[in-house]
Amino acid sequence: MSNNTISRRNFLQTSGTLTGGLLISFFIPAAAKKLGEMPTGNTMFAPNAYLNVLPDNNIKIVLSHVEMGQGVWTTLPMLIAEELDCDWNKVIVEHAPPGQPFVHTVYGLQITGGSSSTWSEFERYRNAGATARALLVQAAAQKLNVDPASCKTENGFVIAGDKRISYGELTEAASKLPPPANVQLKDKKDWNYLGKPTKRLDAKAKVNGQASFGMDVHFPGMLTAVVAHSPVFGGTVKSFDATAAKAIKGVREVVKIPTGVAVIADHFWAAKQGRDALKIEWNNGAGESFGTISQFDSYKKLATQRGTSAGKAGDVETALPKTKKQINATYEFPYLAHAPMEPLNCTVKLSGNSCEIWTGTQMPGVDQTAAATILGFKPEQVKMNIQFLGGGFGRRATPASDFVSEAVQVAKASSGKFTKLVWSREDDIRGGYYRPAFLHQVNIGIGDDGMPAAWKHTLVGQSIVAGTPFQGLIKDGVDGTSVEGVNDSPYLESIPNYNIELHSPNTPVSVLWWRSVGHTHTAFVMETLIDELAHSAGKDPVEYRRSLLKSKRHLNVLNLVAEKAGWNNPLPAGRYRGVAVHESFASYVAQVAEISIEKGQLKVHRVVCAIDCGLAVNPEGVRAQMESGIIFGLTAVLYGEIFLDKGRVKQRNFHDYKILRMNETPVIEVHIADSNEKMGGAGEPGTPPIAPAIANAIFAATGKRVRKLPLQAADLTKA
Amino acid sequence: MIKLTVNGQPFSVDVEPGMPLLWVIRDVLHLTGTKYGCGMAQCGACTVHLNGDAVRSCVTPVKRAENQTVTTIEGLSPNSTHPLQQAWIAEDVPQCGYCQSGQIMAAAVLLKENPNPTDQDIDDAMSGNICRCGTYQRVRKAIHHAAELQKQGGAQ
Amino acid sequence: MKTGWYNHIRPGNITLCATAITLALTLAATLGFKNDDDKYKSWDNIKAVTARDSLLSANAFMQVYKVLMSPRCMNCHPSGDIPLNGDDNHLHPQGVKRGPDGKGVYALKCTNCHQKQNTPGLNMPPGTTEEWHLPPSNMKMVFQGKTAHELAEQLKDTKQNGGKSPHDMLEHVKTDLVKWGWNPGEGRSTPPLPYAEFVKQWNQWINSGAVAPASGEKLAR
Repeated sequence: MSNNTISRRNFLQTSGTLTGGLLISFFIPAAAKKLGEMPTGNTMFAPNAYLNVLPDNNIKIVLSHVEMGQGVWTTLPMLIAEELDCDWNKVIVEHAPPGQPFVHTVYGLQITGGSSSTWSEFERYRNAGATARALLVQAAAQKLNVDPASCKTENGFVIAGDKRISYGELTEAASKLPPPANVQLKDKKDWNYLGKPTKRLDAKAKVNGQASFGMDVHFPGMLTAVVAHSPVFGGTVKSFDATAAKAIKGVREVVKIPTGVAVIADHFWAAKQGRDALKIEWNNGAGESFGTISQFDSYKKLATQRGTSAGKAGDVETALPKTKKQINATYEFPYLAHAPMEPLNCTVKLSGNSCEIWTGTQMPGVDQTAAATILGFKPEQVKMNIQFLGGGFGRRATPASDFVSEAVQVAKASSGKFTKLVWSREDDIRGGYYRPAFLHQVNIGIGDDGMPAAWKHTLVGQSIVAGTPFQGLIKDGVDGTSVEGVNDSPYLESIPNYNIELHSPNTPVSVLWWRSVGHTHTAFVMETLIDELAHSAGKDPVEYRRSLLKSKRHLNVLNLVAEKAGWNNPLPAGRYRGVAVHESFASYVAQVAEISIEKGQLKVHRVVCAIDCGLAVNPEGVRAQMESGIIFGLTAVLYGEIFLDKGRVKQRNFHDYKILRMNETPVIEVHIADSNEKMGGAGEPGTPPIAPAIANAIFAATGKRVRKLPLQAADLTKA
Repeated sequence: MIKLTVNGQPFSVDVEPGMPLLWVIRDVLHLTGTKYGCGMAQCGACTVHLNGDAVRSCVTPVKRAENQTVTTIEGLSPNSTHPLQQAWIAEDVPQCGYCQSGQIMAAAVLLKENPNPTDQDIDDAMSGNICRCGTYQRVRKAIHHAAELQKQGGAQ
Repeated sequence: MKTGWYNHIRPGNITLCATAITLALTLAATLGFKNDDDKYKSWDNIKAVTARDSLLSANAFMQVYKVLMSPRCMNCHPSGDIPLNGDDNHLHPQGVKRGPDGKGVYALKCTNCHQKQNTPGLNMPPGTTEEWHLPPSNMKMVFQGKTAHELAEQLKDTKQNGGKSPHDMLEHVKTDLVKWGWNPGEGRSTPPLPYAEFVKQWNQWINSGAVAPASGEKLAR
């Protein structure tokens, strides 16, 4: 076993040597001005960013985004390989540390999120590949004394006439050439990789146990810490007795930290047993009076009051009472935990003036700064090693760097200064940073033509960014992530009078972006209401949407999904369909769900999905993300609920925070629209439409509207 | 001292007999391919073979494995060539990958006991393994694929 | 969403009065019998001789029935092929199935999670020295949904009770698997009678004639 340890240590050390001893480093502009709106004001060239062509012909590609399942470990290298014409089998991938070259081309900080990795790197990574290729061609041309224009490249070789030189042989010469000012990117018709289904480069390491997640980090001398957190949000430790904890074999130390009491032990099992043996008296504070039931009671009251305007047209107050038919609906959505399969963890080693961190994070730079702040260091004194992420879904992008900060606090308070903090599943489910609970109150006046004539929509829910470093995203009092999907709904174009208002009450519970963020609830409200309007007008739900939608891309995916699902074909007895279409993260997704209800049990048989994300760089990856997003959304529809009473979370682990399983999984068919439109994302847009598609199918089966998630048994009986 | 054989190698470990096998494998033997997901036999990420059965190591006291044979994902095949591993790669199954060791170890018992599993058999064998990325459809396809590979004389 | 469906078991026709009579007569009745081997080899030999025996036996079974229909016993004697969980008798999650031998299938065998003892902690897999299992698929020994009458008849039908003689049945309740019901692990309710009382009523039922109570209310599923 020590062999394993030693080899990993060697790798970590020698990789540094490798980097320093490279024969070639390409210098790439830090931020592609084309997409970047960041006022960098410099033309800094960063060494070793993105790409190293190694003398042994291997191509090392450094990712500015992290791999958490969404496939950037494959997609971003495809962008480089396309332009570099390298040998795909020689591609080596690694995560970037925090650094200026890796800052998001649009968001201005190093982050993996917003379903943006592929489109935001489309220029930068292709440019990196093209630049490298141009230098290698130039080096070859000089060596062979030919015109660079007469050279071509193929599979890791420069070819001039009957001469072939491998990239590895050219690295040294190429590294001495000045980078070209401009490079020509390939024409789409010449692409070998882009747009072609490509297998994942991380698959092998993920089927043989070699992939190293944050949880898998181990070094001699490292101890494991488990922390007792307050049972109530905002609570603090009043006093504690560690006698019983310290009596457990393997427990080394018990320390108080700002977020609780940490038990530090030889291994997780001892630490967890020690944690469970702690006797702690808590100051629960005001959080103890908080509960889900009273929360929604107060949200309902708030919804009757004027909120902050998030969108307005015409005059709702006058138009609404004039309509003969109306729909008044209140929707409730619970808190949701992300529950990534890999519980949160972070390893911290402190020595003198330096700190080294190993973790899986969506925001390495933010976490680095947070660690530095706690330690009184400069960010560059904190070295970050980014591991594979065992799922992110937003949870590993905490503006407050919650688990990294906690890990640093533990290491700081410990005597050994080298600890791996591991959250148990219970810590994860009860640890907050949830998708915020939301309430929507919608009043629709229906015109004589059956179309919505007036639409009054009030949303109540906590802001994700208020009180965080991202507070600046709140514009005119509106957190865009609270109303996205409503105030930019394509249906608004066809509604003459609407008024969208938002209340953003604060709560003791921490909230965060959760795969597809605001769209998780807004798509449900919009798409179930449009379905309701269609039925009220006596129209087919697809036909009704066609008459309302002006957006070409919405219509295209709606038509595609209707065709592929056989929307107009009769279903077998007992089967029902529902449809939904929604744009999020610049991608347009429509889904048709086929269900049955037997003995009060919902069965989802088939989901047909159509997406227009512009160019699908890796169609196989897009398909996988649609499948993934649909299952994620289905879990929320069927089971997802974090319920609080007296400030305490009721759910604890996967037995009461259930996740969809194999025997509940529908057949999923994904159809990618052939599209030359602007590129969008894939990681999140598959999630929003599934819940309303299911609810609309349930209406078809039962005649009842679902107004609250997750589904209740009563939703599945006939009206 | 508790003696057990893991991936063909004998080990003696000085731990409490009630310590879950999972933590012996991960934190004492440092074989980290076997994962912790829930600690209560709900998710299957910790699945290993104990004398050929797909036990949940997070609730299996190490004492139960005393003088017994344990196989982890690292020991499933010498070089990732088990039909399931080949099929997993071919069908692009993993996403975040964290649950996949457990999925594969569970599927290996299915294929051993039923070389021609139906979709229902796959449901019956695999519904104990949670994948938060939702790779179930690909897991299903890969198991069928692996069954084909196995018939064509793949390893095992 | 709640996927389980709910069976609230309310054994009918049990009155305090009946219970009191049963208890009062138990001692006398047990003393009246001798556990000679021959008699207990066949259910044919087990008959209530007197009307009093008959009442005694039937009343004892109503007590036994309350235990058998309690979650700790019934959850592993389901009407379907999926074991039940919890005091609300919801379906065992994870798609667990009975399997031919009652020990689960493939990667979901009972003992893959259920150990030789209860795993400590709330909602952790229970276990006992005997291998955790359901009745096999060719002998399902269903409790769920049975009336007292039906269950009593089933228990003494060797074609439905796993070939158990009265002697085997008297022994069966001494097994660790049955005793586990009274040591079910953290957070689980125990059957409505203490174990000793259950054994007493069980013996009483058999010894005084293994009488099936009159067809009563058909309980939920």
